[in-house]
Amino acid sequence: MSALEVGTVVAEKTYAVSRDSLVRYAGASGDFNPIHYRDDVAASVGLPGVLAHGMLTMGTAVQPVVEWLDGAGDDGGVIGWVSDYQVRFTRPVVVDPETGAEIVVTATVARVDPEAGTVRVDLTVASGGQTVLGKAQVVVTLA
Amino acid sequence: MNPELRGRVFPPAPPYLVGREKVREFARATASTSPLSVDVEAARAAGHADLVAPPTFPVVVQEATLAQLLAEPDAGIDFARVVHGEQRFSYSRPVVAGDELTATLTVTAVKALGGNAMVTASSEMVDASGEHVVTAVSTLVVRGDDA
Repeated sequence: MSALEVGTVVAEKTYAVSRDSLVRYAGASGDFNPIHYRDDVAASVGLPGVLAHGMLTMGTAVQPVVEWLDGAGDDGGVIGWVSDYQVRFTRPVVVDPETGAEIVVTATVARVDPEAGTVRVDLTVASGGQTVLGKAQVVVTLA
Repeated sequence: MNPELRGRVFPPAPPYLVGREKVREFARATASTSPLSVDVEAARAAGHADLVAPPTFPVVVQEATLAQLLAEPDAGIDFARVVHGEQRFSYSRPVVAGDELTATLTVTAVKALGGNAMVTASSEMVDASGEHVVTAVSTLVVRGDDA
């Protein structure tokens, strides 16, 4: 809890995304748009390749924050929960059939509101050295 | 796109029962390592009634409401031209397994932007007792003919 100061990086993590990840997410989410698993369909609509679901990137990018919340208590316990989460999808994540893609997430405390009992954590989310999500903000309500 | 869509409220989608295995499946698909999403005892020890769904899980429930919008005869939305622009989830409490969520979609904004159109759709989800749980807001960009 002592780490809750603006500017503190609470989590940094890199995730590997493969074509397998996309198929798994399609099944879990119900989003079966073929641009997320078929190269021919992606090419036919002018995309540079098969893309990760934006919602897969959004769902993965918040996990370092959830992981941090789960274990940040003095007793190693939960300190809060995600009560608001928003992103803009600014650039697609192209997933190569052989090498996949990487999603690099950095989570930084941006605002602390003791009265409301909330902390805003901002995410920078990049793939291939370029930012893929904009205005990625997580509001945590402290337990 | 039809600007008169703004303000339109759709009939509630059929209730969605949040299942434990669906929560586990979704958690695994989004690289979650949280014990609260897979281990019922851990979730209960942290004060929850059952497994806690990951923050973006309501997208599964929202799907049915967005399908209503895309199928609206006078909407003029060509699904092949739709790109996801923005997404937000605003919670009153976490979603847990066992929740029966009923989602109601409202079109909150329709805008023209260059040759494109943007539509913002808000799906408000309540539990079986009618209490608000989460609102999922999507902004969809519908690319114009030249884009």
